Order: sequence, then structure tokens, then C-alpha cells
Amino acid sequence: MADNNTNNPKNTNEVSDPGRRSFVKNTGIAVGGVAGGALLGGLFTSRSKNNNNANSTADKGTAKEKRYEEARMYFTRMADFAILEQAVERIFPEDDNGPGAIELGVPYYIDKQLAGPYGSNVGDYRQGPFKGPKTSAADSSLDRGQIFINGLRAMDMESQKRFDTNFIKATEDQQLEIMTDFADDKVEVKGITSKAFFALLRSTTLEGAYCDPLYGGNRDMKGWKMKEYPVAIASYANMIEEDKFIKMDQVSLTDYQPK
Amino acid sequence: MVKTLEKVDVVVVGSGWAGGIAAAELTKKGYKVVGLERGKAQKRDDFVGSKDELRYDVRKLMFQELNKETLTIRNTLDETATPNRSNDTNAINGTATGGSGVHWNGMVYRWLPTDFEIRTKTVEKYGEEIIPKDMQLQDWGIKYDELEKYYDQFEKTGGISGEPDPLRPGQRSDDYPTPPMKETDIIRTFTKAAKDLGYHPYRIASANISETYTNPDGETINACVYCAFCESFGCDFGAKADPIATVLATANKTGNYELRNNSYAVRIVHENGKAVGIKYVDTETGDEFIQPADLVVVAGFTFTNTRLMLLSEIGKPYNPKNGTGVIGSHLTAHQRNLTHTRVRGFFDEKKFNRYAGTGALGVTMDDFNVEQLDHTKLDFLHGFCLRTSQRGDRPITNNHVPAGVPSWGKEFKDKSIFYANRRIDVQQQNGALAWRENYMDLDLTYTDMFGDPLLRVTSKFHDQDRNIVRYAHQRGKELLEQMGADYITVPEITDETEFDKTSLSDHTGGGVIMGDNPETSAVNNYSQVWDMDNLFVVGASSFPLMGSSNPTATVGALAYRAAEGMIKFLEDGGGQLVKKEESAKA
Repeated sequence: MADNNTNNPKNTNEVSDPGRRSFVKNTGIAVGGVAGGALLGGLFTSRSKNNNNANSTADKGTAKEKRYEEARMYFTRMADFAILEQAVERIFPEDDNGPGAIELGVPYYIDKQLAGPYGSNVGDYRQGPFKGPKTSAADSSLDRGQIFINGLRAMDMESQKRFDTNFIKATEDQQLEIMTDFADDKVEVKGITSKAFFALLRSTTLEGAYCDPLYGGNRDMKGWKMKEYPVAIASYANMIEEDKFIKMDQVSLTDYQPK
Repeated sequence: MVKTLEKVDVVVVGSGWAGGIAAAELTKKGYKVVGLERGKAQKRDDFVGSKDELRYDVRKLMFQELNKETLTIRNTLDETATPNRSNDTNAINGTATGGSGVHWNGMVYRWLPTDFEIRTKTVEKYGEEIIPKDMQLQDWGIKYDELEKYYDQFEKTGGISGEPDPLRPGQRSDDYPTPPMKETDIIRTFTKAAKDLGYHPYRIASANISETYTNPDGETINACVYCAFCESFGCDFGAKADPIATVLATANKTGNYELRNNSYAVRIVHENGKAVGIKYVDTETGDEFIQPADLVVVAGFTFTNTRLMLLSEIGKPYNPKNGTGVIGSHLTAHQRNLTHTRVRGFFDEKKFNRYAGTGALGVTMDDFNVEQLDHTKLDFLHGFCLRTSQRGDRPITNNHVPAGVPSWGKEFKDKSIFYANRRIDVQQQNGALAWRENYMDLDLTYTDMFGDPLLRVTSKFHDQDRNIVRYAHQRGKELLEQMGADYITVPEITDETEFDKTSLSDHTGGGVIMGDNPETSAVNNYSQVWDMDNLFVVGASSFPLMGSSNPTATVGALAYRAAEGMIKFLEDGGGQLVKKEESAKA
């Protein structure tokens, strides 16, 4: 199946910059082709072997499967999505604990959320006038999808202005400097404060790292494994009184829900 | 065209605890009751397999959809209010069958005798001078001892699991129907530290119950399995006392109850000082109806009750400038960014099973509650409980790190993972008293989906509100030091900490308050409207203050009291159940 991974080099030109080693390491699409499949396959297989959880099916059979759910539903420009990938990885980076946001599928999780009702604020009160301080994403006249586009492009413009290069080509320290200023509300973004945009970026990143994998994030439950969070265990009644910490295997909704 | 339906005995707006209790008690007596619920139909089947943090806890599936109706919010009278647009910033109230009572944590507290006579008791003990200018302290027109049997009834309906508060001997007519929940390492650690410091910890009474129980109405609630999905969730196992498992089931069994979902009450219809029925919209078809009834019960959330009274022009709207009028006054809440804050202790060497738990699994103490304190030595009135609970931490919403650690990036990720199971939180929850300029009225700019004005909240924190929380945080910190925490973070409450769109919580009350004087209250102690004998407004809207613990049991007790009044009213041919003249003098 990995053979079928026709990675279009044109699309990944920018993101597979050899200077951005961690990104290459973390992304199936950038590694691409047979090598990528084999590398990821190896990881999954070894993990599967070590996993004694009889209930868990999430790790099984993924070794050589192509991820058909990882194409963009909301972002039209690859360039915007590439900024998103870098930004979420800075918020939740790969480290000794385990994978970062990109490997967990966070960018695709956010893309899917923005393509759905959440991205267009369907459950929210949207009647104008939109007056008062735009202190949260909800107070903006932009919907969440538009906020992401404006915010990510403002990050890119800021990078051009300060460092004369795209955000994704900036060094990690330069990226962090820009994002810190966004978080501290020091940058102009059309229709929203940079702080409110950053808060949305941060919260959706954590959602993507720790949601049920059914949403496209927390790939292979690796976010939950890092946190030793067992999730959908039917009952803790037999162990709740224990003094010792008890490590359990993860159970996803795919495993838990009656079919 | 508005279609007028066939008259029934009673129409009840809302199917949460307040509306559900009224429905159960009235239908058991043989009265025909129609319930109007703005939210969708739901039953236990809807909750099976629902352990989805993103959908329920983060996106708040079980809360009111704000695209139909919301609140507008401002701090002061000279500001323009802006809408609370999203549940991202503010989880307010429930919707759908069973209301907020379905997705609650299940903490069951009785409020203190002093709460119900707050003005009398305060003046008795300290004199009038101790009450700050612009604070509104008012008695309820009913005392704890009179309410006790209704608390007991609510606890028996829910099969509540608990043990008595050692500081309140003689205040219970009976034990809790089921024993306390299981004890965890976190509970043991807190309890030991509290006892070592000379305090009186006891187990939080819980509606996630310790053993299978059949209530006096014959409804069975299952034993809790500690699955850790309570608050914001419906119970997968039928093990949480909620209106669906208890009072609505009882009402349905009689054959006298009809619940209409997707039915949005827009007005209390009244003629010549008498309620005639409820006008509502079927939100699936857009059709408008009037449901006539002999007795009209409004039993929604605080905001719904207050807004329906204002929209229907019943009672005198409160005017904050001269303090006249009643409807909309005494807005009080356990605000999320003030009274709901927590002191967090981080332990480098100790790891707890924080992922496991249930909504009301915990331990609490009343050593700093209003009756235990000498307020002459303090810069606040009322008091607070201190407690810890183990609800089962979920990973999206629990990423707490010691002070000084950034909120994103490398160090954040590492520490948030390291401390995920190495933490104990101490929560304070304090009494929230009413202020003259904190109130609700109708907004001038924004409307709901039908074009009716939204409810406008005007609210500002006062020094008293901040001082009590600062003091409580220090007591929480001492407890965590005693437990041996390596790092303790105390939320920063500065003079700039202010009421905002993150403030209002599911613990909000006031607007249609209870009292003994028609000049200063909207309903009598049966929740019967002073100005309209056949209209009862039931729920947290009755509260002249927010006690220092969770409000649901008090909503339940007042609802049982109200239901008794409704039956009396129907059996005795109407009239005021509490004499105005007598009460006004009292």
C-alpha cells in the first residue's frame, strides 16, 4: 500500500526543506514513498507487539495502511496549512515524552474542525453589531475558519517583516519569538486580537493532541499514552481505592461503543 | 396564527429538577400535566458510549445552543452590553429532557440555617453596621428547620450517598439513604491533612450513588461504576440521580404527564391578574401554540424564569438606580473566574490515579463556613467550603503546570504530562451575596431568534467578593502544604479581576426571589408569585443569595415545597398560600 503513496513533490517543496529536520522526521507525507511507509510501519508494528490490550484495535492493521483521511477539507492553500503545521508543532513539540502535534495529526484535526460546524460557529450567537473588545474568538465578527486564515497569514507577514523569510523557513527561535508576541497581543490581525487568535490556536492544538482519534487527531492514541490516560474504561470500581498508580492500556470510542 | 390547545390542569415550563419534581408530585395526585421543554428529547440510550471529551466537555453538546438565545453582559449601568456568543467562554445552562440535572456532577449539599435568615442572623450577631453599603441581604421567608423535610425528600428521591457534617449535629432528621462513595488516595491525603490541622472533613454527598437503590417512587438508580464521565455528560450506566431516572420516570408512569420537546416558551399568558397558560413555539415546525392551564409553573433556569417574567410583564421590574421593583434583582453566582477557582498542589514523588473518579467523589469541610467565622476580624461576610474531588481528569481540559511554567511549548508539554497524575486541587466555594447594581433586565439591542429582547446581565465584583476568595485560597494553600505538595499555585486575584463573559456558571441564581414581603420579593416560600396566585416560579431564580456550596439540593428542596403548595392550591380552590399582611409585618 505504501507504494501507492504518490507524494507530489510540488506540494511539499516548501515543507520538506532539509533545514527543518524535525518536520521531515515527523510527517509521513514529507518522508513519503516506500521509506516513509517502512519507517512508520516499523514503529506501528513494534508498538502493536508491545501492546497487550486485547480490547484495543486502534493499533492493529495500521502498519501499512495509507491514511485516506489526511487530505485538506478546509484549507485551500497549502502555504496556510504549512504555517499551521509549524505553529502547532511549536505549541506541542516532539520530545522525549513522545510525538509532537504534527505526528499526532493535529493539523488535519484542526482542518477537519474548521471544515465543520465549529469552524463556521454554527452553535453560536452571531447577530450583530459586533461591538466591544474582541477578547475571544467568539467576540470576533470572523468565524473560526476565517480567524485561522487571517491569523496564520499575519504570522507569515510578521516573519517576512522581521526576518525577511516565510514563517515556515524561519528558524525555530524566530518562530517562537513571533508566536510569543502573538500570545502577548503585540501583533495586528484583521478582525481579531493576536492574543485571541493564539488562544484559539493553542486550545485547538491541545484538542487535536488529546481528542479521540475518531476526529483525526491523537493519532493511534499516542497523546493519551504519553499522559497515561486510559479513557473509555467502563468501570474503575475495582481499583479506585488503590494507593499505587495503575497504568492501563487505552480504550478508544471505536473500541468502546457498541456496534 | 397562534393555536389555542385544550386546557389541562397544569402546564410546566422546563423538565429539569424543578419542573420534574413538580410534574412527579402533581401527576401522582392525578392532575394532568403538560411539560414544555425547549430542548430535544433524550433518554439514557443517548448516553451509552458517550465518553467523548471533545464533543461533550469541550464543545458542550448538552448545553443550551446559543444560536437561538443568549445573554448580553456588561459591568456597569453606563456601559453597552455585548452578547455572550459562544459556550467556549461560558457554560451556562442545560437544555433537552432533564435539563442541567442530567449533566451535573452530583454534589449534594444542604445550605446552612444562616443562609435562609442571612439578614436577621447577621444583624443579630454583628449589628447593621457590618453590612457594606449596596449589599443586599435578605431573608427567604422560610427557615432551615421548615425546609429540612424537603431536603430529606430530595435526598431520598436521589438515593444520595453521604455522611453527616460533624459541624452540623442535630440538623438532619434522617441519615443519607446510601453510604458514602469509595475512598481514594486523594481523599485520604486531604482528610489526613485536614484532621492534622484540626479541621472537620467529611465526604461530599453524592448523586452518583454508592449502591443500587430504589427510591420511594419505585425508581431504581444503579450503583456508580466510577467511570469518570459525569460533569457535562449523561450517565452511561443509569447510576446518577437525574430527573430522567427519577422524577420524570415517576411522572410518566402515572399516565398523566405529557412532555413536549422542542417547545420554546415565549410568554406567560395572563388576563386580569391571573395566569391563563403558556405561549410557546414548536421549534421544529415554527407553529405557535397557547397551552391553557388552571395552574402555570415556570421552572426553567434562573435566566429563563427571569426573562419570561420580564417579557410577560408580570411583577415590577427591578430598578437598580432607586432599588425599587423586584424582577431581575439579586443576581448571584459562583463565578468561574472567582469563586470557582482552585489552589493546585503538584507532587514530584506521588502519583495519583487522577483519570478515575466520578462527579461528586470527594471530601469537604465547613470549618470556614459562615457559622464558624467571626466576621468582625475579617474583611468579608459569609464563608466558604474547602474540598477536593476526584472527577476523573480528562486530557484536553487538564493541562495544569506549576507557576512559572509557560502555557505552551517544550517546557509546557513536558511538565503538563509529568504532572498529569501528580496533583491535588483544593477548591474553595464561597457564598455569593447580592449587590444593588448587579441585576438582570431586557437588552435594548440584541434579540433572540423570535425577535424578543435578550436578557441583559449587569454585574461587577466588589472588594468583599475578592477578599473572601483571597482568604480562602490561603487556607487551601495551608492544606496543600500540610499534604506535602512540592509546588502550590494560588490563583491571582487582583483588584482588576472582574466579572466577564467567563464568569457565569451553572450556579447562578436570583431574578425572581423568594421572601416574606411582596415589596422586596417576587414569590412566597411556596414559590407562588405574590401578584398572581396561580403562577409558581420555581428554581434557582428564587435564591436571594448563592450559598457556599452547590445549589442543586436547595433547588430540589424548594421544588418539593413548591409542589406541596401547588397541590394545596388546586385542592383548596386557589388563593395566596402565605398571607401578605402577616408576612409584610414580619
